[in-house]
Amino acid sequence: MSLVEALAVPLAQVEIQERSGESCVAENGFCPEWIADNFDRYVTPFSEHVYLTVVSVGVGFIIAFTLALIAHRRQWLISPIAGVTGVLYTIPSLAAFFLLQPITGRGNLTAIVALVAYTLLILFRNMMTGLAGVSPDAKDAARGMGLTERQMLWRVELPLATPEILAGLRIATTTTIGLATLAFFAGGGGLGAQIDAQIFFKSNVVVAGGLAVLLAAVFDVLILGAQRLATPWQRAQPA
Amino acid sequence: MLHFAFLDQFRDAIDFIFNQRESISGEVQIGGLAEIGRFTAEHLLVSGIAIVAAVAVSVPIGLYLGHRGRGEFLAIGVSNVGRAVPSLALLAFFLAYLGTGVVNVTTVLFLLAVPPILTNTYVGVRQVDPDTVDAARGMGMKDTQIVGKVRLPLALPTIFAGIRLSAVAVLATATIAPLADVRTLGEPIISPQIYGDAGQIGAAIVVALLTLAADAGIGGLQRAVTPKGLKLAAEAKGPRRRRFALTMPTRRERTI
Repeated sequence: MSLVEALAVPLAQVEIQERSGESCVAENGFCPEWIADNFDRYVTPFSEHVYLTVVSVGVGFIIAFTLALIAHRRQWLISPIAGVTGVLYTIPSLAAFFLLQPITGRGNLTAIVALVAYTLLILFRNMMTGLAGVSPDAKDAARGMGLTERQMLWRVELPLATPEILAGLRIATTTTIGLATLAFFAGGGGLGAQIDAQIFFKSNVVVAGGLAVLLAAVFDVLILGAQRLATPWQRAQPA
Repeated sequence: MLHFAFLDQFRDAIDFIFNQRESISGEVQIGGLAEIGRFTAEHLLVSGIAIVAAVAVSVPIGLYLGHRGRGEFLAIGVSNVGRAVPSLALLAFFLAYLGTGVVNVTTVLFLLAVPPILTNTYVGVRQVDPDTVDAARGMGMKDTQIVGKVRLPLALPTIFAGIRLSAVAVLATATIAPLADVRTLGEPIISPQIYGDAGQIGAAIVVALLTLAADAGIGGLQRAVTPKGLKLAAEAKGPRRRRFALTMPTRRERTI
Protein backbone atom coordinates (compact mmCIF):
# COMPACT_ATOMS: atom_id res chain seq x y z
CA MET A 1 0.00 0.00 0.00
CA SER A 2 1.46 3.35 -0.94
CA LEU A 3 1.65 6.20 1.51
CA VAL A 4 -1.10 8.12 -0.23
CA GLU A 5 -3.40 5.12 -0.10
CA ALA A 6 -2.52 4.46 3.53
CA LEU A 7 -3.57 7.99 4.40
CA ALA A 8 -6.60 7.99 2.17
CA VAL A 9 -8.26 4.99 3.79
CA PRO A 10 -8.59 6.43 7.31
CA LEU A 11 -9.50 9.82 5.84
CA ALA A 12 -12.28 8.22 3.86
CA GLN A 13 -13.52 6.60 7.04
CA VAL A 14 -13.55 9.92 8.83
CA GLU A 15 -15.63 11.42 6.03
CA ILE A 16 -18.11 8.58 6.17
CA GLN A 17 -18.35 8.91 9.93
CA GLU A 18 -19.19 12.57 9.60
CA ARG A 19 -21.87 11.96 7.05
CA SER A 20 -23.80 9.35 8.91
CA GLY A 21 -23.45 7.07 11.93
CA GLU A 22 -25.05 4.13 10.13
CA SER A 23 -22.48 3.80 7.41
CA CYS A 24 -19.76 4.19 10.03
CA VAL A 25 -21.08 1.05 11.69
CA ALA A 26 -21.34 -0.69 8.34
CA GLU A 27 -17.73 0.28 7.59
CA ASN A 28 -16.67 -0.98 11.01
CA GLY A 29 -15.14 2.32 12.05
CA PHE A 30 -14.82 3.91 15.44
CA CYS A 31 -18.22 5.56 15.79
CA PRO A 32 -18.84 8.02 18.65
CA GLU A 33 -22.46 8.42 17.55
CA TRP A 34 -23.12 4.71 17.75
CA ILE A 35 -21.46 4.57 21.16
CA ALA A 36 -23.58 7.42 22.47
CA ASP A 37 -26.75 5.76 21.15
CA ASN A 38 -25.88 2.30 22.40
CA PHE A 39 -24.25 3.02 25.73
CA ASP A 40 -27.17 1.34 27.53
CA ARG A 41 -26.00 -2.09 26.49
CA TYR A 42 -22.81 -1.70 28.53
CA VAL A 43 -24.54 -0.86 31.81
CA THR A 44 -25.51 -4.41 32.81
CA PRO A 45 -22.18 -6.05 31.82
CA PHE A 46 -20.36 -3.26 33.65
CA SER A 47 -22.31 -3.77 36.88
CA GLU A 48 -21.87 -7.53 36.59
CA HIS A 49 -18.14 -6.90 36.24
CA VAL A 50 -18.07 -4.70 39.34
CA TYR A 51 -20.03 -7.34 41.24
CA LEU A 52 -17.69 -10.18 40.22
CA THR A 53 -14.63 -8.10 41.16
CA VAL A 54 -15.88 -6.86 44.53
CA VAL A 55 -17.22 -10.24 45.67
CA SER A 56 -14.17 -12.21 44.47
CA VAL A 57 -11.59 -9.84 45.92
CA GLY A 58 -13.64 -9.42 49.12
CA VAL A 59 -13.95 -13.16 49.73
CA GLY A 60 -10.34 -13.69 48.68
CA PHE A 61 -9.19 -11.02 51.13
CA ILE A 62 -11.11 -12.59 54.03
CA ILE A 63 -9.68 -16.06 53.30
CA ALA A 64 -6.12 -14.79 52.73
CA PHE A 65 -6.30 -12.63 55.87
CA THR A 66 -7.44 -15.61 57.96
CA LEU A 67 -4.64 -17.75 56.50
CA ALA A 68 -2.12 -14.98 57.15
CA LEU A 69 -3.16 -14.62 60.81
CA ILE A 70 -2.85 -18.38 61.29
CA ALA A 71 0.51 -18.55 59.49
CA HIS A 72 1.78 -15.58 61.49
CA ARG A 73 1.33 -17.63 64.67
CA ARG A 74 2.57 -20.89 63.19
CA GLN A 75 5.37 -19.96 60.81
CA TRP A 76 5.84 -23.53 59.55
CA LEU A 77 2.48 -23.16 57.77
CA ILE A 78 3.78 -20.39 55.47
CA SER A 79 5.45 -22.77 53.02
CA PRO A 80 2.53 -25.19 52.56
CA ILE A 81 -0.01 -22.34 52.24
CA ALA A 82 2.21 -20.52 49.73
CA GLY A 83 2.60 -23.80 47.83
CA VAL A 84 -1.11 -24.54 47.58
CA THR A 85 -2.10 -20.97 46.73
CA GLY A 86 0.80 -20.97 44.24
CA VAL A 87 -0.72 -23.90 42.37
CA LEU A 88 -4.15 -22.21 42.41
CA TYR A 89 -2.50 -19.07 41.05
CA THR A 90 -0.72 -20.94 38.28
CA ILE A 91 -3.79 -22.78 36.95
CA PRO A 92 -5.26 -20.39 34.36
CA SER A 93 -8.63 -19.13 35.53
CA LEU A 94 -10.10 -19.94 32.12
CA ALA A 95 -9.18 -23.58 32.71
CA ALA A 96 -10.44 -23.37 36.28
CA PHE A 97 -13.85 -22.21 35.04
CA PHE A 98 -14.28 -25.49 33.17
CA LEU A 99 -12.62 -27.69 35.79
CA LEU A 100 -15.13 -26.36 38.33
CA GLN A 101 -18.13 -26.65 36.05
CA PRO A 102 -18.98 -30.30 36.87
CA ILE A 103 -18.96 -29.40 40.58
CA THR A 104 -20.44 -25.91 40.81
CA GLY A 105 -22.32 -25.74 37.49
CA ARG A 106 -22.47 -22.78 35.14
CA GLY A 107 -22.84 -19.28 36.51
CA ASN A 108 -21.60 -16.69 38.95
CA LEU A 109 -20.56 -19.18 41.61
CA THR A 110 -18.07 -20.94 39.33
CA ALA A 111 -16.63 -17.63 38.15
CA ILE A 112 -16.27 -16.31 41.69
CA VAL A 113 -14.68 -19.49 43.09
CA ALA A 114 -12.05 -19.46 40.31
CA LEU A 115 -11.35 -15.74 40.73
CA VAL A 116 -11.07 -16.06 44.52
CA ALA A 117 -8.61 -18.94 44.10
CA TYR A 118 -6.51 -16.72 41.86
CA THR A 119 -6.30 -13.80 44.34
CA LEU A 120 -5.16 -15.87 47.34
CA LEU A 121 -1.45 -16.10 46.53
CA ILE A 122 -1.10 -12.38 45.77
CA LEU A 123 -2.93 -11.31 48.93
CA PHE A 124 -1.34 -13.91 51.22
CA ARG A 125 2.22 -13.19 50.07
CA ASN A 126 1.90 -9.46 50.54
CA MET A 127 0.32 -9.90 53.99
CA MET A 128 3.17 -12.15 55.10
CA THR A 129 5.78 -9.81 53.61
CA GLY A 130 4.15 -6.87 55.37
CA LEU A 131 4.00 -8.63 58.74
CA ALA A 132 7.58 -9.88 58.43
CA GLY A 133 8.76 -6.36 57.57
CA VAL A 134 7.62 -4.84 60.87
CA SER A 135 10.76 -3.68 62.63
CA PRO A 136 11.75 -5.67 65.73
CA ASP A 137 12.26 -2.36 67.54
CA ALA A 138 8.60 -1.46 67.12
CA LYS A 139 7.63 -4.85 68.50
CA ASP A 140 10.03 -4.45 71.41
CA ALA A 141 8.58 -1.07 72.21
CA ALA A 142 5.07 -2.53 72.09
CA ARG A 143 6.09 -5.33 74.40
CA GLY A 144 7.73 -2.83 76.71
CA MET A 145 4.48 -0.89 76.88
CA GLY A 146 2.82 -4.06 78.11
CA LEU A 147 0.88 -5.05 75.01
CA THR A 148 -0.18 -8.68 74.74
CA GLU A 149 0.59 -10.66 71.58
CA ARG A 150 -2.94 -10.09 70.32
CA GLN A 151 -2.88 -6.36 71.07
CA MET A 152 0.50 -6.09 69.39
CA LEU A 153 -0.84 -7.80 66.26
CA TRP A 154 -3.83 -5.51 65.88
CA ARG A 155 -2.35 -2.23 67.15
CA VAL A 156 1.24 -2.42 65.92
CA GLU A 157 1.99 -5.14 63.39
CA LEU A 158 -1.10 -4.95 61.17
CA PRO A 159 -1.13 -1.13 60.98
CA LEU A 160 2.57 -1.12 60.05
CA ALA A 161 1.97 -3.85 57.46
CA THR A 162 -0.96 -1.95 55.91
CA PRO A 163 0.94 -0.41 52.96
CA GLU A 164 2.20 -3.82 51.87
CA ILE A 165 -1.20 -5.48 52.42
CA LEU A 166 -2.97 -2.79 50.40
CA ALA A 167 -0.35 -3.02 47.65
CA GLY A 168 -1.34 -6.68 47.41
CA LEU A 169 -5.00 -5.70 47.35
CA ARG A 170 -4.34 -3.33 44.46
CA ILE A 171 -2.56 -6.00 42.42
CA ALA A 172 -5.27 -8.55 43.21
CA THR A 173 -8.06 -6.13 42.26
CA THR A 174 -6.53 -5.06 38.94
CA THR A 175 -5.73 -8.65 38.04
CA THR A 176 -9.24 -9.80 38.94
CA ILE A 177 -10.81 -7.09 36.78
CA GLY A 178 -8.74 -8.40 33.88
CA LEU A 179 -9.59 -12.04 34.52
CA ALA A 180 -13.28 -11.27 35.06
CA THR A 181 -13.44 -10.42 31.34
CA LEU A 182 -13.20 -14.21 30.85
CA ALA A 183 -15.93 -14.96 33.41
CA PHE A 184 -18.55 -15.20 30.66
CA PHE A 185 -17.01 -18.57 29.75
CA ALA A 186 -18.22 -19.75 33.15
CA GLY A 187 -21.62 -18.10 32.65
CA GLY A 188 -20.73 -15.19 34.89
CA GLY A 189 -21.39 -12.34 32.44
CA GLY A 190 -19.31 -9.19 32.74
CA LEU A 191 -17.71 -6.92 30.16
CA GLY A 192 -16.05 -9.90 28.47
CA ALA A 193 -19.42 -11.14 27.28
CA GLN A 194 -19.96 -7.80 25.59
CA ILE A 195 -16.48 -7.89 23.99
CA ASP A 196 -17.11 -11.43 22.74
CA ALA A 197 -20.58 -10.59 21.41
CA GLN A 198 -19.12 -8.27 18.72
CA ILE A 199 -15.42 -8.98 18.84
CA PHE A 200 -14.71 -7.63 15.33
CA PHE A 201 -16.63 -4.36 15.82
CA LYS A 202 -14.10 -1.64 16.64
CA SER A 203 -16.44 0.68 18.54
CA ASN A 204 -17.67 -2.15 20.73
CA VAL A 205 -14.23 -3.50 21.50
CA VAL A 206 -12.88 -0.08 22.41
CA VAL A 207 -15.79 0.80 24.70
CA ALA A 208 -16.06 -2.58 26.49
CA GLY A 209 -12.28 -2.94 26.84
CA GLY A 210 -11.93 0.71 27.79
CA LEU A 211 -14.53 0.35 30.55
CA ALA A 212 -12.54 -2.56 32.01
CA VAL A 213 -9.34 -0.51 32.02
CA LEU A 214 -11.20 2.46 33.49
CA LEU A 215 -12.64 0.25 36.23
CA ALA A 216 -9.15 -1.00 37.10
CA ALA A 217 -7.84 2.56 37.26
CA VAL A 218 -10.73 3.74 39.47
CA PHE A 219 -10.35 0.85 41.93
CA ASP A 220 -6.60 1.43 42.03
CA VAL A 221 -7.04 5.09 42.92
CA LEU A 222 -9.72 4.26 45.52
CA ILE A 223 -7.48 1.73 47.30
CA LEU A 224 -4.54 4.13 47.15
CA GLY A 225 -6.76 6.80 48.72
CA ALA A 226 -7.85 4.37 51.43
CA GLN A 227 -4.22 3.58 52.11
CA ARG A 228 -3.37 7.24 52.61
CA LEU A 229 -6.29 7.64 55.01
CA ALA A 230 -5.38 4.47 56.91
CA THR A 231 -1.70 5.31 57.32
CA PRO A 232 -1.54 8.99 58.35
CA TRP A 233 1.97 8.54 59.79
CA GLN A 234 3.34 7.82 56.34
CA ARG A 235 2.51 11.31 55.18
CA ALA A 236 4.51 12.85 58.02
CA GLN A 237 7.76 11.27 56.81
CA PRO A 238 7.97 11.14 53.05
CA ALA A 239 10.22 8.31 51.92
CA MET B 1 -27.61 -40.10 48.93
CA LEU B 2 -24.39 -38.53 47.82
CA HIS B 3 -24.17 -38.42 44.07
CA PHE B 4 -20.80 -38.12 42.38
CA ALA B 5 -22.07 -37.28 38.92
CA PHE B 6 -19.22 -34.84 38.47
CA LEU B 7 -16.74 -37.70 38.55
CA ASP B 8 -18.38 -39.15 35.46
CA GLN B 9 -17.90 -35.81 33.72
CA PHE B 10 -14.20 -35.81 34.54
CA ARG B 11 -13.93 -39.42 33.38
CA ASP B 12 -15.60 -38.47 30.11
CA ALA B 13 -13.23 -35.49 29.75
CA ILE B 14 -10.17 -37.69 30.22
CA ASP B 15 -11.60 -40.15 27.72
CA PHE B 16 -11.89 -37.23 25.27
CA ILE B 17 -8.17 -36.53 25.66
CA PHE B 18 -7.12 -40.10 24.90
CA ASN B 19 -9.75 -41.46 22.53
CA GLN B 20 -11.22 -40.10 19.33
CA ARG B 21 -14.98 -39.76 19.19
CA GLU B 22 -17.71 -38.37 16.95
CA SER B 23 -18.47 -34.65 17.31
CA ILE B 24 -21.70 -33.46 18.93
CA SER B 25 -23.26 -32.76 15.55
CA GLY B 26 -21.84 -35.97 14.10
CA GLU B 27 -19.87 -36.27 10.85
CA VAL B 28 -16.38 -35.35 12.09
CA GLN B 29 -14.06 -37.16 14.45
CA ILE B 30 -12.82 -35.09 17.38
CA GLY B 31 -10.61 -35.49 20.43
CA GLY B 32 -8.04 -38.18 20.99
CA LEU B 33 -4.31 -37.79 21.44
CA ALA B 34 -3.68 -36.88 17.79
CA GLU B 35 -5.96 -33.83 17.80
CA ILE B 36 -5.04 -32.78 21.35
CA GLY B 37 -1.40 -33.13 20.28
CA ARG B 38 -1.96 -30.79 17.33
CA PHE B 39 -3.68 -28.22 19.54
CA THR B 40 -0.92 -28.51 22.14
CA ALA B 41 1.80 -28.04 19.51
CA GLU B 42 0.10 -24.90 18.17
CA HIS B 43 -0.44 -23.67 21.74
CA LEU B 44 3.23 -24.15 22.60
CA LEU B 45 4.39 -22.66 19.32
CA VAL B 46 2.63 -19.29 19.63
CA SER B 47 3.37 -19.13 23.37
CA GLY B 48 7.01 -20.12 22.95
CA ILE B 49 7.73 -17.56 20.25
CA ALA B 50 6.05 -14.83 22.30
CA ILE B 51 7.97 -15.66 25.49
CA VAL B 52 11.37 -16.01 23.79
CA ALA B 53 10.85 -12.74 21.92
CA ALA B 54 9.75 -11.02 25.15
CA VAL B 55 12.84 -12.25 26.98
CA ALA B 56 15.09 -11.17 24.10
CA VAL B 57 13.61 -7.65 24.16
CA SER B 58 12.89 -7.06 27.87
CA VAL B 59 16.00 -8.42 29.56
CA PRO B 60 18.51 -6.17 27.72
CA ILE B 61 16.29 -3.11 28.23
CA GLY B 62 15.79 -3.97 31.91
CA LEU B 63 19.52 -4.52 32.38
CA TYR B 64 20.36 -1.23 30.74
CA LEU B 65 17.77 0.82 32.63
CA GLY B 66 18.57 -0.92 35.90
CA HIS B 67 22.31 -0.46 35.54
CA ARG B 68 21.93 3.22 34.67
CA GLY B 69 19.25 3.68 37.30
CA ARG B 70 17.09 5.34 34.69
CA GLY B 71 13.51 4.93 33.55
CA GLU B 72 12.11 3.57 36.80
CA PHE B 73 8.76 5.08 35.87
CA LEU B 74 8.73 3.14 32.61
CA ALA B 75 10.12 -0.11 33.98
CA ILE B 76 7.68 -0.28 36.90
CA GLY B 77 4.75 1.50 35.25
CA VAL B 78 4.64 -0.89 32.31
CA SER B 79 3.64 -3.68 34.70
CA ASN B 80 0.87 -1.65 36.30
CA VAL B 81 -0.55 -0.73 32.91
CA GLY B 82 -0.08 -4.29 31.67
CA ARG B 83 -2.09 -5.67 34.54
CA ALA B 84 -4.91 -3.20 33.97
CA VAL B 85 -5.44 -4.15 30.31
CA PRO B 86 -7.43 -7.41 30.17
CA SER B 87 -5.91 -9.95 27.79
CA LEU B 88 -9.29 -10.49 26.13
CA ALA B 89 -9.61 -6.75 25.51
CA LEU B 90 -6.12 -6.62 24.00
CA LEU B 91 -6.83 -9.58 21.74
CA ALA B 92 -10.19 -8.12 20.72
CA PHE B 93 -8.55 -4.79 19.95
CA PHE B 94 -6.04 -6.52 17.66
CA LEU B 95 -8.80 -8.55 16.00
CA ALA B 96 -10.99 -5.56 15.30
CA TYR B 97 -8.19 -3.31 14.05
CA LEU B 98 -5.64 -5.71 12.53
CA GLY B 99 -7.51 -8.95 11.91
CA THR B 100 -7.06 -12.60 12.81
CA GLY B 101 -4.10 -14.92 12.42
CA VAL B 102 -0.98 -16.32 14.04
CA VAL B 103 1.05 -13.12 13.74
CA ASN B 104 -1.51 -11.00 15.57
CA VAL B 105 -2.06 -13.57 18.28
CA THR B 106 1.69 -13.93 18.84
CA THR B 107 2.03 -10.15 19.00
CA VAL B 108 -0.70 -9.96 21.66
CA LEU B 109 1.01 -12.69 23.70
CA PHE B 110 4.35 -10.90 23.28
CA LEU B 111 2.85 -7.65 24.59
CA LEU B 112 1.46 -9.54 27.60
CA ALA B 113 4.81 -11.19 28.29
CA VAL B 114 6.97 -8.05 28.24
CA PRO B 115 5.87 -6.18 31.42
CA PRO B 116 6.62 -8.81 34.12
CA ILE B 117 10.03 -9.63 32.60
CA LEU B 118 11.00 -5.98 32.12
CA THR B 119 9.91 -4.97 35.61
CA ASN B 120 11.53 -7.94 37.31
CA THR B 121 14.79 -7.47 35.41
CA TYR B 122 14.87 -3.82 36.41
CA VAL B 123 14.04 -4.56 40.05
CA GLY B 124 16.50 -7.47 40.17
CA VAL B 125 19.32 -5.33 38.82
CA ARG B 126 18.52 -2.46 41.18
CA GLN B 127 18.48 -4.83 44.15
CA VAL B 128 22.11 -5.79 43.61
CA ASP B 129 24.12 -4.46 46.55
CA PRO B 130 25.86 -1.19 45.46
CA ASP B 131 28.94 -2.31 47.43
CA THR B 132 29.22 -5.37 45.21
CA VAL B 133 29.10 -3.17 42.12
CA ASP B 134 31.70 -0.85 43.67
CA ALA B 135 33.95 -3.82 44.38
CA ALA B 136 33.62 -4.96 40.76
CA ARG B 137 34.52 -1.48 39.57
CA GLY B 138 37.46 -1.42 41.95
CA MET B 139 38.70 -4.65 40.38
CA GLY B 140 38.81 -2.78 37.09
CA MET B 141 35.68 -4.17 35.45
CA LYS B 142 34.11 -2.19 32.63
CA ASP B 143 30.39 -1.38 32.57
CA THR B 144 29.61 -4.23 30.21
CA GLN B 145 31.51 -6.64 32.45
CA ILE B 146 29.75 -5.36 35.56
CA VAL B 147 26.37 -5.90 33.90
CA GLY B 148 27.27 -9.29 32.43
CA LYS B 149 29.32 -10.80 35.23
CA VAL B 150 27.89 -9.18 38.36
CA ARG B 151 24.45 -7.66 37.92
CA LEU B 152 22.95 -10.26 35.59
CA PRO B 153 23.93 -13.35 37.60
CA LEU B 154 22.78 -11.75 40.85
CA ALA B 155 19.48 -10.66 39.27
CA LEU B 156 18.79 -14.03 37.63
CA PRO B 157 16.42 -15.37 40.29
CA THR B 158 14.24 -12.25 40.03
CA ILE B 159 14.40 -12.25 36.22
CA PHE B 160 13.32 -15.88 36.14
CA ALA B 161 10.48 -15.15 38.52
CA GLY B 162 9.31 -12.60 35.92
CA ILE B 163 9.68 -15.10 33.08
CA ARG B 164 7.57 -17.58 35.05
CA LEU B 165 4.84 -14.99 35.56
CA SER B 166 4.92 -14.16 31.86
CA ALA B 167 4.92 -17.79 30.75
CA VAL B 168 1.92 -18.60 32.91
CA ALA B 169 0.02 -15.56 31.63
CA VAL B 170 0.90 -16.31 28.01
CA LEU B 171 -0.08 -19.98 28.19
CA ALA B 172 -3.35 -18.97 29.83
CA THR B 173 -4.11 -16.34 27.21
CA ALA B 174 -3.16 -18.59 24.28
CA THR B 175 -6.32 -20.46 25.25
CA ILE B 176 -8.49 -17.69 23.78
CA ALA B 177 -6.47 -17.66 20.53
CA PRO B 178 -9.16 -19.63 18.61
CA LEU B 179 -11.21 -16.39 18.72
CA ALA B 180 -8.56 -15.23 16.21
CA ASP B 181 -8.65 -18.46 14.19
CA VAL B 182 -5.52 -19.92 15.72
CA ARG B 183 -6.32 -23.47 16.73
CA THR B 184 -4.73 -23.82 20.16
CA LEU B 185 -6.00 -25.89 23.08
CA GLY B 186 -8.75 -23.30 23.44
CA GLU B 187 -10.46 -24.67 20.33
CA PRO B 188 -12.63 -27.19 22.24
CA ILE B 189 -13.35 -24.49 24.85
CA ILE B 190 -14.46 -21.92 22.29
CA SER B 191 -16.54 -24.39 20.24
CA PRO B 192 -18.70 -26.36 22.67
CA GLN B 193 -21.25 -26.97 19.91
CA ILE B 194 -18.72 -29.33 18.32
CA TYR B 195 -16.69 -30.57 21.27
CA GLY B 196 -19.28 -30.59 24.06
CA ASP B 197 -18.68 -30.56 27.81
CA ALA B 198 -16.13 -33.35 27.63
CA GLY B 199 -14.06 -31.39 25.11
CA GLN B 200 -14.22 -28.19 27.18
CA ILE B 201 -13.24 -29.89 30.42
CA GLY B 202 -10.67 -32.11 28.70
CA ALA B 203 -8.97 -29.11 27.11
CA ALA B 204 -9.07 -27.27 30.44
CA ILE B 205 -7.28 -30.22 32.08
CA VAL B 206 -4.54 -30.17 29.43
CA VAL B 207 -4.14 -26.36 29.67
CA ALA B 208 -3.87 -26.56 33.47
CA LEU B 209 -1.29 -29.36 33.34
CA LEU B 210 0.68 -27.58 30.62
CA THR B 211 0.84 -24.38 32.67
CA LEU B 212 1.86 -26.17 35.86
CA ALA B 213 4.53 -28.08 33.91
CA ALA B 214 5.87 -24.89 32.31
CA ASP B 215 5.98 -23.18 35.70
CA ALA B 216 7.88 -26.10 37.22
CA GLY B 217 10.14 -26.37 34.16
CA ILE B 218 11.17 -22.72 34.27
CA GLY B 219 11.66 -23.10 38.02
CA GLY B 220 14.08 -25.95 37.31
CA LEU B 221 15.85 -23.90 34.66
CA GLN B 222 16.13 -21.09 37.18
CA ARG B 223 17.85 -23.40 39.67
CA ALA B 224 20.15 -24.68 36.94
CA VAL B 225 21.39 -21.23 35.90
CA THR B 226 21.61 -19.66 39.37
CA PRO B 227 25.31 -19.32 40.20
CA LYS B 228 26.47 -21.82 42.79
CA GLY B 229 27.81 -19.15 45.09
CA LEU B 230 24.46 -17.44 45.15
CA LYS B 231 22.72 -20.63 46.23
CA LEU B 232 25.18 -21.09 49.08
CA ALA B 233 24.76 -17.47 50.13
CA ALA B 234 20.99 -17.83 50.09
CA GLU B 235 21.17 -20.95 52.25
CA ALA B 236 23.42 -19.21 54.72
CA LYS B 237 21.30 -16.07 54.96
CA GLY B 238 17.89 -17.68 54.87
CA PRO B 239 15.02 -16.32 52.76
CA ARG B 240 15.40 -12.68 51.87
CA ARG B 241 12.42 -10.39 52.01
CA ARG B 242 11.46 -8.34 49.01
CA ARG B 243 11.18 -4.64 49.56
CA PHE B 244 9.38 -3.93 46.35
CA ALA B 245 5.72 -4.19 47.17
CA LEU B 246 4.34 -3.27 43.78
CA THR B 247 6.04 -6.07 41.92
CA MET B 248 4.26 -9.35 41.99
CA PRO B 249 5.28 -11.34 45.04
CA THR B 250 7.24 -14.27 43.74
CA ARG B 251 8.31 -17.68 44.83
CA ARG B 252 11.90 -16.64 44.50
CA GLU B 253 12.76 -17.35 48.12
CA ARG B 254 11.44 -20.87 47.85
CA THR B 255 13.10 -21.70 44.59
CA ILE B 256 16.61 -20.31 44.98
